[in-house]
Amino acid sequence: MTLWWIGDIVLLVVVVPVVVYLLNGVLTTARSIVPSVRRIATVARAGSKDLDATALLLTTQDQVAQTVAGVANYGGSLDVILDDAEEA
Amino acid sequence: MPAAGVVLLVTVVLIVLALVYYLVSTILALREITNGLDDVIAGVGEILEKSAPVNAVVNDINANLDAGVDLLEGLLVKKAGLHDALGLVDGLYPGAAAAGFRRFPESATITPPRIGEIYTKGTLTLARLGREAPIALANPAGPVLRNVEGGSLAARLLYPEGRQERPENLPRSPVIGADAPTQYEQREDVGRPRKRLPDR
Repeated sequence: MTLWWIGDIVLLVVVVPVVVYLLNGVLTTARSIVPSVRRIATVARAGSKDLDATALLLTTQDQVAQTVAGVANYGGSLDVILDDAEEA
Repeated sequence: MPAAGVVLLVTVVLIVLALVYYLVSTILALREITNGLDDVIAGVGEILEKSAPVNAVVNDINANLDAGVDLLEGLLVKKAGLHDALGLVDGLYPGAAAAGFRRFPESATITPPRIGEIYTKGTLTLARLGREAPIALANPAGPVLRNVEGGSLAARLLYPEGRQERPENLPRSPVIGADAPTQYEQREDVGRPRKRLPDR
């Protein structure tokens, strides 16, 4: 009977607080992750929205190609019009 | 049942209740995390999808621009010679000749000549006009010189003559007619035969 009481006391004084402490730690940590995940999701959505303009790169690519082609045409004409430099 | 057994039973029930409360709360928190991560994955997926073609497009743009730079450098060196071309570039963009031309690595070691010693005034004027163009907005020498709205005046100021010193507004032509603000005295001899001078 005495041992039974000792076991009850150990269970109440040691085991229950340890179990509650550990479970509380797990719960607190899990809850602290939630706002971080929400912030990451917000940032990911904003980053995705920022990249909406990347489609305009195709226009830039086309414009650059046309510009370089025009420069090449002008260069060809100048090559014909202007004399080459004299060899030193 | 002895009292010790009752206490044991109550303690076990307390432990089980604590386990249920904390574990259920943890499960709910983990579900929120899972939902949040789903949103994150969707956003990251969009980012990946939108940025996928960027590398190829930018590489193509760079290749085109490289070709343009090579073409213009080659044309400039062919027409002006490497030495004078460096002087021209350094005259337009002071300090730019230090980097040299990309297609001509030896140009980095050449001391650029002073442009005024090589080119005529007309060439310098043309070159300066080029620097005034709006396309030279990113000129390392500073902002563009050209006033887009008054571009002709900016070009005219390049010539050191007195033409640009004329008044902004010339006197207006006189207004004539019956409603003119200034009425002039009518000459009576207008329309009549010309007076004959006495014979000598």
